[in-house]
Amino acid sequence: MDNLLSIVIFLPSIAALILAVILRGEDNASQKNAKILALVATLATFLISIPLLTQFDPSNTNFQFVEEYNWLAGLKYKVGLDGISILFVMLTTFLMPIVIGACWMITVRVKECMIMFLILETMMLAVFSSLDIILFYVVFEAGLIPMFLIVGIWGGKDRIYAAFKLFLYTLLGSVLMLIAIIYMWFEAGTTDIPELMQHQFSSESIIILGVTIVGGIQTLLFLGFFASFAVKMPMWPVHTWLPDAHVQAPTAGSVVLAAILLKMGGYGFLRFSLPMFPIGSDVMATFVMTISVIAIIYTSFVALVQEDMKKLIAYSSVAHMGFVTMGIFTINQQGLDGAIFQMLSHGFISAALFLGVGVIYDRMHTRDIEAYGGLVIRMPIFALIFMLFTMANVGLPGTSGFVGEFLTLTAAFKANTWIAFGATTGVILSAGYALWLYRRVVFGDLIKESLKSIVDMDLREKLMITPLVVMTLLLGIYPALILDLIGPSVSALLEQVHAAQGVLIDAAPNAAN
Amino acid sequence: MISTDINTVLPEIILAVYAMAALMLAVYGGKDRLAGFIFWATSGVMAALGLWIAFAPIANSTAFDGSFTNDGFARYTKVVILFGSSAMLLLSQEYLEKNKLLKFEFPILIALATLGMMLMVSAGDLMALYMGLELQSLALYVVASFRRDSIRSTEAGLKYFVLGALSSGLLLYGASLVYGFSGTTNFAGISETIHSDGLGMGMLFGLVFLCVGMGFKISAAPFHMWTPDVYEGSPTPVTGFFATAPKVAAAGLFARVVHDAFGGAIADWQQIVAFLSFISMFLGSIAAIGQTNIKRLMAYSSIAHMGFALLGLSSGTQEGVQALLIYMSIYVTMNVGVFAFILNMEREGQPVTDIRSLGLYSRSEPIRAAALAALMFSLAGIPPLVGFFGKLYVLKAAVNAGLAWLAIAGVIASVIGAFYYLRIIYYMYFGDDVEPMTGKMPILHKVALYGATLIMLFGAVNLFGIESIAADAAASLFK
Repeated sequence: MDNLLSIVIFLPSIAALILAVILRGEDNASQKNAKILALVATLATFLISIPLLTQFDPSNTNFQFVEEYNWLAGLKYKVGLDGISILFVMLTTFLMPIVIGACWMITVRVKECMIMFLILETMMLAVFSSLDIILFYVVFEAGLIPMFLIVGIWGGKDRIYAAFKLFLYTLLGSVLMLIAIIYMWFEAGTTDIPELMQHQFSSESIIILGVTIVGGIQTLLFLGFFASFAVKMPMWPVHTWLPDAHVQAPTAGSVVLAAILLKMGGYGFLRFSLPMFPIGSDVMATFVMTISVIAIIYTSFVALVQEDMKKLIAYSSVAHMGFVTMGIFTINQQGLDGAIFQMLSHGFISAALFLGVGVIYDRMHTRDIEAYGGLVIRMPIFALIFMLFTMANVGLPGTSGFVGEFLTLTAAFKANTWIAFGATTGVILSAGYALWLYRRVVFGDLIKESLKSIVDMDLREKLMITPLVVMTLLLGIYPALILDLIGPSVSALLEQVHAAQGVLIDAAPNAAN
Repeated sequence: MISTDINTVLPEIILAVYAMAALMLAVYGGKDRLAGFIFWATSGVMAALGLWIAFAPIANSTAFDGSFTNDGFARYTKVVILFGSSAMLLLSQEYLEKNKLLKFEFPILIALATLGMMLMVSAGDLMALYMGLELQSLALYVVASFRRDSIRSTEAGLKYFVLGALSSGLLLYGASLVYGFSGTTNFAGISETIHSDGLGMGMLFGLVFLCVGMGFKISAAPFHMWTPDVYEGSPTPVTGFFATAPKVAAAGLFARVVHDAFGGAIADWQQIVAFLSFISMFLGSIAAIGQTNIKRLMAYSSIAHMGFALLGLSSGTQEGVQALLIYMSIYVTMNVGVFAFILNMEREGQPVTDIRSLGLYSRSEPIRAAALAALMFSLAGIPPLVGFFGKLYVLKAAVNAGLAWLAIAGVIASVIGAFYYLRIIYYMYFGDDVEPMTGKMPILHKVALYGATLIMLFGAVNLFGIESIAADAAASLFK
């Protein structure tokens, strides 16, 4: 099928449209229908996306499944996948049925909720597969609308503050990227991503208001994109919207946010910053690695003192994303492999952790760590699963968390010993906060009256979490599944970056003479 | 000779004759009993003229020694003006009837104002410009104080009149300076003088005063002071009208004057327009944050939007004018939808304008709330809604013209502005429960609201082809 990728992208939206137009009423039956329709749609999207993976040829480093149509203003609707983006597309289609499952307990405005998540899925899939830079921007930002409403309508007590913060923070970052995009469009005369990757933007130092900017236009463009991706990622010090959004969002919203939306930042660095501004990246690499390490250490400490479970996991997400940015900006094979692997693995692990918090929150309606203790006595299955993911979060060998952290740390060691030293401290700290959380929630005596009647996970919850268990263990035991898939694309990307850096560095002395 | 001139201005003549005839008919025929009919007839005439101008193969021509220009640019803006006026007129009938304001003068005044706007965008001469502008303004002063037993409405009319007269005076002063130093009021003549002798100090002063006068009309900061008060005080349909067609006309006039007459001095007016744009975008975005009255909020929103439109104009390129035209069309469409909604904000028959009364509106009227939310996201310029593409064209034009700093300022202002649009959505979807608004929405208003919403949602596919039309229209200013 020629349009397979477009079908995958738009199927959820079509389902959303059907839901919006056809389904009426707020009674139990129609609520149930909405949920079932959404679940069927996301499952169908996942099934249809499987051929993308099976037909994908990893040795071919060009974009595959490319579709191209003319759009307005000389822009194009162009989508396609390479070894990097296919993973994120698969991650999205794989997780969305689980997300819909996590919405099952919502009782108000069910139909709207399902529509929001389905539209969000289309936007996320389009972000990972678009090959036109304006199309990328459009879908990148369009995802904000459903996310704003999800946090705002179905969120917790302080949802309004969180929703506004999420929206405005991300928007501010994105519009700076928009200016950079428009400049690139003007400079290169095209919005086609593969063509832009071949275009060499000027890197001669320029002076603005008396400040010399090394790397010139490339550095400025890099900063424009960085403003957006750093917020999305999120990197210290612009991460503060994330804990708020996570705490207030409903379980399903947290899962989408942590598991998929955060990956857009990392994906953006790989798709745009590195290949398009190699010199700019080179100039900024040390800076980015430094703030990544600060993020790892600082947010780990912050996580240690959290009293809200979701907040703790949110801070741990920021720390883990620090490994990703650190890995990306080592600009070597292990670093990039590790960063991509870490993003995927964090997608599964953080989804599972938030689902786990959701499980006990649904029963007790509190996320305070203080309110729990001794859950293992009444909830053995939950305790087991939560332990697996706590360990994976720490990066225990055998789980997928280990591979990503190990690769990025190796890469960082190659690039800069001190960076690696700092980041490794973060690993120790993460063991600290994760195990301490586990100890306080699951172990100890079951002394609290309210917990005495708590019941273990039901079938729905088990069904949701089982695929995540399988993926976490599978990737931990056999990481080559992923590494073989991304290997050629990553080496091609690196070759291109090094070539561009080489050309420009060679050219510089000649220009001076 | 005369007959070709008359052919060129035929649409304007038809509208003028219609307005006179309708006035006579109503005065001698039955006064306000005919008002309903005249509403429909006026709206129909304007829509028909719009269709005629849009689809009839009319060649470019000038009339009366170049003081009236009929080119692609004029036709494009006229079509937007006529459709905008026609739509707002149809929407106002129901509201005016409910508030006992249904008078036959209203549609006739709107028709005359529209006629003035058509003359404005076709002006090829400073005198013709002023005639069109005053015809428009005088009609608008009257409709602003249409609710004559309300202090707010008469205050709005008076304020508008005094400040409008001031701005007209400034504009006239500028025009007289330009005339004095170039010896002609004809745009082509002024352009020639600039070409041969350059822009002297006297002409420069004239240009500045002209820009100030037009800045008033377009409600660009720092000449915006009348806007919030007039928007708030006027009856809601009038506010809706102010926010649509006159804005297009003023923007069209601005583009026409600076390009047709001062096309040789782009660097000089570029600074002025860029400054107006910068201030408007920020003032409109920041001042709207504290507003709770939706009409005042829309006033500041229009100031910010005019800032964006001027951002396109300030690039001084054909691309910039194209962006301006696209932006204005999108802006009018959004505002028609939003005002169709505002006209129906009422509780027990009384109009309400406090945005807090939208509290949890999405519970009682989910579809209407969703439509308004989509329009708000579009006004904020969030993709994939069409409002974003308007901004995209404008920003692209600015960046390509080397005004990256202004583009960056613009996007930052738009983030600030996003806050207050989001606040309306916040009230509707997650605000506090308030006494729900009552009132059934007339079918016409539903068509306008949902139509605008659907355009915003699905226009991203190809913008309904206005891109190339706007490009042709812009090209006619750069012959």
